[in-house]
Order: sequence, then C-alpha cells, then structure tokens
Amino acid sequence: MGSIAAQLFSGLSRDIKSGSSLGSVNVDLQTDATLQVDISDALSERDKVKFTVHTKSTLPNFKQNEFSVVRQHEEFIWLHDSFVENEEYAGYIIPPAPPRPDFDASREKLQKLGEGEGSMTKEEFTKMKQELEAEYLAIFKKTVAMHEVFLCRVAAHPVLRKDMNFHVFLEYNQDLSVRGKNKREKMEDFFKNVVKSADGVLVAGVKDVDDFFEHEKTFLLEYHNRVKDASSKSDRMIRSHKNAADDINRIASTLYTLGTQDSTDVCKYFLLVSLPLQKIEARVAADEDLKLADLLKYYLRESQAAKDLLYRRGRALVDYENANKALDKARAKNKDVLQAETSQQVCCQKFEKISESAKQELIDFKTRRVAAFRKNLVELAELELKHAKGNLQLLQSCVGVLKGDT
Amino acid sequence: MAASSRRNPPPLPGAENQDPLSEMAGEDSDEGEDIFVGNSNPVAEAFQPDTANGEEPADLFSEAETSTAVNSSITTSKSNGVHSDNENDLFAEVSVELSMENPSTTAKSSGAEFTPSLTLSATQPESMEQLEEEKDEDSFDMEVAVTNPEKIGDGMNAYMAYKVSTRTTLPMFRNRTFSVWRRFSDFLGLYEKLSVKHSLNGCIIPPPPEKSVVGMTKVKVGKDDSSSADFVERRRAALERYLQRVVCHPSLLQDPDVREFLERDELPRAVGTHTLSGAGFLKMINRASDAVSKMTIKISDSDAWFDNKLQEVESEELQLRKLHAVVDSLVNHRKELCGNTAVFAKSMAMLGNSEDNTALSRALSQLAEVEDKMETLHQEQAASDFFILAELLADYIRLLGAVRGCFEQRMKTWQRWQEAQSTLQKKREVEAKLLWANKPDKLQQAKEEITEWEGKVTQYERDFDRISVTVRKEFLRFEKQKSKDFKSQIVKYLESLLQSQQRHVKFWEAFLPEAKAIA
Repeated sequence: MGSIAAQLFSGLSRDIKSGSSLGSVNVDLQTDATLQVDISDALSERDKVKFTVHTKSTLPNFKQNEFSVVRQHEEFIWLHDSFVENEEYAGYIIPPAPPRPDFDASREKLQKLGEGEGSMTKEEFTKMKQELEAEYLAIFKKTVAMHEVFLCRVAAHPVLRKDMNFHVFLEYNQDLSVRGKNKREKMEDFFKNVVKSADGVLVAGVKDVDDFFEHEKTFLLEYHNRVKDASSKSDRMIRSHKNAADDINRIASTLYTLGTQDSTDVCKYFLLVSLPLQKIEARVAADEDLKLADLLKYYLRESQAAKDLLYRRGRALVDYENANKALDKARAKNKDVLQAETSQQVCCQKFEKISESAKQELIDFKTRRVAAFRKNLVELAELELKHAKGNLQLLQSCVGVLKGDT
Repeated sequence: MAASSRRNPPPLPGAENQDPLSEMAGEDSDEGEDIFVGNSNPVAEAFQPDTANGEEPADLFSEAETSTAVNSSITTSKSNGVHSDNENDLFAEVSVELSMENPSTTAKSSGAEFTPSLTLSATQPESMEQLEEEKDEDSFDMEVAVTNPEKIGDGMNAYMAYKVSTRTTLPMFRNRTFSVWRRFSDFLGLYEKLSVKHSLNGCIIPPPPEKSVVGMTKVKVGKDDSSSADFVERRRAALERYLQRVVCHPSLLQDPDVREFLERDELPRAVGTHTLSGAGFLKMINRASDAVSKMTIKISDSDAWFDNKLQEVESEELQLRKLHAVVDSLVNHRKELCGNTAVFAKSMAMLGNSEDNTALSRALSQLAEVEDKMETLHQEQAASDFFILAELLADYIRLLGAVRGCFEQRMKTWQRWQEAQSTLQKKREVEAKLLWANKPDKLQQAKEEITEWEGKVTQYERDFDRISVTVRKEFLRFEKQKSKDFKSQIVKYLESLLQSQQRHVKFWEAFLPEAKAIA
C-alpha cells in the first residue's frame, strides 16, 4: 500500500474553483459583495485535509478586503457547534455541519490493489489505479464542496454572518487550536444526545397552539424519516450500479486483452465491443450519485437541523408554559411573585423571539428545498438523457460496423 | 524407416499449387482474400479426391478443398450439400471484413460477390461459385429447434421432455417437417455415440450442456419458482444450440444416429449416461488415464501449425474462463441493482407523498415511476447479459475443450504409430538375430510378424496423416463457426443494449418536463 497510497495521498491539491459544485445542493445563496466566502484550494495529507478558506469582504470589521486562511475539518465542527450552543441563535436553522472527509473506503481499495499488483497485467493495473485515483478525486471534490456550502450558508444568513466566531474563523491566520473532543467530552455529548432525544419526544407530544408550527412539526417528522430512508436506499442502489460498472470495466479490459492478443476476426469484434461497454454504466452511476444521493443526504441533514429548530422552540414553549403555571401558582400563594414574573417574562420573550424567526426560517427552508430539488432533478434528467443519447450513438455505430461486414 | 523421417504435413489434395495452400496452412482465414484474388486458375480441374484421405464421402472432401483452394469443381459437392460451403461464405465475410478499413474495396468485393450474372468473369470465378454455393445452401437447409419443455411424471422419477422439431429439405429424411420428444439423457446418449464413432477421426464433436443435479432436483421436486423456470429455459436453449451445432457439422449430419435421434419416435433409453452408473465410472477412469498420458506425450512435430494452434486454444480458453467469471459477477450485480432500484423507487414514492409542495411532490412520484421502469430495464439487461453473453462463453469454453480433445486424439494416433514403428524395429532386430543364429523355423514366424507390423506401421501412419488432415480441417471450420457465432451474438448483445438505451432516453425525456415544472 505504501508507495501507491503515499503518492496519492500526499500533496494532492486541487484548484477547487474549476470543479466547484457550489450551488449543486444549495441554490439561492445571495452572493452579495459585502461578504463572499469560498474554498479556493485544498490539500490532502496522510490523514487530514487542509482547506484554504478565501474571503472577500467590504465589511469594516475585517482588517483587509481579501484574505485567506487554512482550516481543517475540526475547526469547521467547532464553528458549527458554537452556533448550536449559542442561545441567541436558537431561533434559526443552523446550517448542518459538513461530514468528515472519509477516504477509508478508497484507501482500502488502494491497499487491495497494491497487494494484488502481481496478479494482473500491467495494463489492468494502470487502468484500475486510474479508476481509483478518479474515485478518490471525486470524493475529495465532494468533501470540499460540502465544507464550502456550509461556509456559504453561514455567510448568506443575515444574522449568522455577523457572528464573532465566524469572523475569527475566517480571519485568524493561525491555528485555532481546536482540539477534537476527547473521550470524556464525547461521552458527555453522547449522554446529552440521549437526554435531548428523550426530551424531544416529550416536547413533540405537546400540541402547539399555532397551526403553522403544528403542521410543520408533523410534516418535518415524516419528511425527515422518509428522506433518511430514501437516502440509504439510494446509496445502496448506486453502490450496486458502481459494482456493475466495475464488472463491465473488467470485461472490457479482458476483451481488449483478447482482442490484442489474437489476430482473428473475433478479436476485432471484441475490441469494438469493449469501447461502448466501458463508458455506459460508469458515468451513469457517477451522475446519479452526485445529483440524487448527495441531494438526499444534504436534505437529510437540513431537515434534521430544521427539526432541531422546532425542538428548541418546543422546548421554549414548554418552558414558557411551565413559567406561566409557576407564575399562577406563585400568585396564588403570593410568594416569590416577582421572581416568577421575571422568569415568565424571560421565557415569553425567548419563546416569541424564536417563534418569529423560526417561521421565516422554515419558510425559507421550504423554498430552498424546492429549488434545490428542482435544480438537481432537472440536471439529473438532462445528464441521463445526454449519456443515453451518447451511448445510443456509440452503440449504433458499433452495430453498423459489425453488421456492415456481411 | 523412411516413413519416420517424414515430418512435414501431408500435402493437401490439390497441392499442385503449393503456395496458396501452404499460406492457408499456416495462417488464419484472414488470408482468404489473397487466395480469392490470386488463385483464379482452376485448381480443381486437376484435383482428384485423393484416396489417401479416405473419409467417407469424397464429396465432403472436395468441399473442404473448395474452401482451401477456391475452384469450380463444385458439382460433385452438391449431393449432400448441407451447409456445403459455410466455409466459402465465411471466407466471403472475411474478405469483406478485412476491408473494414477501406470502404471502397468493401463495396467492390461485395458488389462482385452478389453479381447474379451467369457469365463467369475470368477474374472472379470464385465469387460466382460462392453465389452458387449460397443457392445450394438455401435449397438444402436444415433447421432444428428445441421447444416446449414439459414435465413428465412426478417426484424423483420425473423428467423434462423437450420437443425437437426439424424442418429440412434434405432427401435423406423421410419427411420435410417432423418432431419428436426427447429427454436430456437422450441428448447425452447421442453425444456418447457420436463421440465413440467420430472422435477417433479427429472430429470436433460439440459437447452437450452439463448435467446439473441441483437444478434438476429442484425441477423434479416441483418447486415452481423463477429459478427452476430459469434453469429449464437455460437448458432448453443450450440443448437447442447443441443440436444446431451437431447438424451444422457436415460429417456428423451423415451419421445414422443423428438421423435416428431426429426422426425416430421412440428412442431406447440411453444407458450409461447416468453419473453414478458403471459406465459413468468407466468414463471417469478413462478420463483420468487420458490426463496422465496427455502429460507425457509430446509430438516432435516439425509442423508447428498444430503446436501453435493448440497453444492458442489453451490461452483462449483461459481468457474465456476469466471473462465468463466476470460476466457472471456482472449478472449478479445487475440483479442486485434491480432489487435495489425497486426498493429505492418505493422510497422515492413515499418521499413524494410527504412532500407538501404539490409540483415537487408530483415530480418525485414521477421520478419513482421512472426508477421503477429502470428496474425493468435492468432486469432485462441482466437476462440478456446472461443468455447472450455468459452462455456463449460457457459454450465456447466447452467447445475449446472438445478441440483440445481433438488435438489429443491426433497425438494418441501419432503415439500409436511411433510405438508400432519401435515394435517393427524390435522385430527386425529379432529377425536379424535369428538370421545370424540360423533358426529357419522361427525365422519364418519372425518374417511374418515383420510383414504384419510393417502393414500396421503403414496403416498407422496413414491414420495419423488422415487424422492430421481432419483435425486441421475441423479446426479451420471451427474457427469460422466461432467467428460467426461470436459476431452474431455480439451484435445481438449490442442491439439489446441499444434498445435498452433507447427506452432509457424515452423515460427520461418524459420526466424532464415534470422536473422543470417544479415551482
């Protein structure tokens, strides 16, 4: 594994702009001149990826108008978590954190390839290596895109873009010294999550006065589950597709070997056939992956974020109602009334604040979602058509040549 | 002794023109065009069916010779002209195919080929002959089909009966169209009989499909699911291809056993085809001993043709096996893809239901339908992958095994000849000793033995020559057939891919406006 992986994994840098799929998942990100963020470059090292975050801004609080810093995945997570933990942002859908760059599968395949080097011909080996490299590159591009989308969503959000941590993230050109959570903290997180989901069930059970939110609650719950289901099924389907494409590649290369070894007619046919076979399946699988699976995965995370928003609101509602009850009790007993009043005020304010922004956020979410689906479904259909037509042409010419012999 | 020093292949009949023939001997059919163009002098005029090649009908040999040296003595070959000149047709194909790169010459040669003028142009008498051959072929055609598998009986004694229908214009059959019912063991029995009779001559006998205890048991037990239906269909198709190959072979078709198989209403139950019978064991033992002797025989053949061809066959078999394994894997993955697509389609439909934007909801449901249709496409594609590609490969892997067997037969014949020669040598030494020791009575016996063995040596040598010719002829014929087969199957496969892509286009074109309509 050593030599190949080392070649591949070190110093693989990409000019991301050229292959950027920004907007492939998120559509209406107002790129206004006051704050533009993108990932201009990325470097893949042995076990981490370094993103170059590039900012262009006319805002006064930045020292320069244009600057870049290098960030790692953990720092993105830190930023995301800081949003989530900030009470001020309880009323907003926090853009979902980008998934961790995962090259394990690719690495495994590369290792297997390295081990099996002796058992295949030179052409087969180079070919498989090329494929693996292409796959690795695709995963790399995707992870860069995911990180970029996160930053852009934050930059586009009227409130979040003003966040201090965000500015530090963009500007501070030293290491943020964000260490990954240690074991204890991870355990704490785990328990927090357990409590939260239990609470979530409790909160969700409370009927909401507001129709809009009640509807949204039921809708999001169902939607989220179905997106999760669709996402996992689409992953499986695409994996089968890739497997079939891999097989076809192997068939094509064997046919090619047969075709070049021999000089009989049969082999000429073989050579001819191997061409269309190769192209057909692989591209289709890759496109489906990009347009469909990624879309579903993203909206899985988004819908989870929306659910979280609703949970926070629900929590605030419950707190508010509890505060009301406490106030009534206090008034009845005529004890600690002021305290109860202030706490009730606080809860009321919090609840109303959340409700107000939540409504807008959820409406925005819907618009975004519809637009993103539309864009991706249209692109998917167009790509499928393009490939099918291209394949058709290729096949027709092949059949023509073969039949024309008689 | 002189005989043993001759290692060159026996000159093929009509060897007056050594050049084109030796070209033929060494090369593939690609050289066909050269022969056509260059060999306009009617070799056949001088050609006599050589008695050295004493195959049954001399006619068939003349056919063979027409294929190797195109000539005009076709009249003799018309009597049993079944597929009288597949070889010629294929040559025609080949010559045209060679000009794949030069479309102009393609037009020229194909034009010449199909000129129905009756005047034999001096430059291309061959093409006229081809045309006549094709006509002959049409009028002596033969079609067999294996259809209607039916389960007869019940339980473990049940079996599948297949209807074998023949349609022919050959005079040797009683009727023009007729059909009989046969079971799998009948097909195996036919193979056994043909094997016994013809393999010693170096014929390539098409092997029947393999036995499958698992598959048949499922059918017997009455499991009425798709896998047993698949199995029966697969077997039926394989049996049909097997029969078609048998009747395609000019000398096998002459065999009365084949005729009986096709015509006779009730065939005696073929014994010795059951794996666990006494005959079955005997076969296994023979095969084992063959394998051992195979390893020790090596003909020091100055005719490198056979050696080269054998090597080619072996490497090709290897590649085909590899290919077959990958195609199998592809079929499985496609079936998997099929299932996953169906599941995904349902999931998409559910998502569409819960989506509250109506246009998007409709689009998602449409997407689900498209994916459903994709599933059908994938399923059909898997079937075609299998039936067209995988079975073709499996057939040819078996056939290549038969070809190797053919070559081995030749080696065995050679070995027998060599052994006879060494025995003769020993007898001569004995005679010399006896002469010297002066024992007249034993001398007489020795002389008789020597004559006997001399005769054997001559006969074995002739056998070897004959089998060499047959093997060579058979191999060339096999190559043509293989070329044709592969080509037609590949075209079929590509066409199935084509159709699938066309439907692909249709489905997505229908979906696109729905996607665009989302608002």
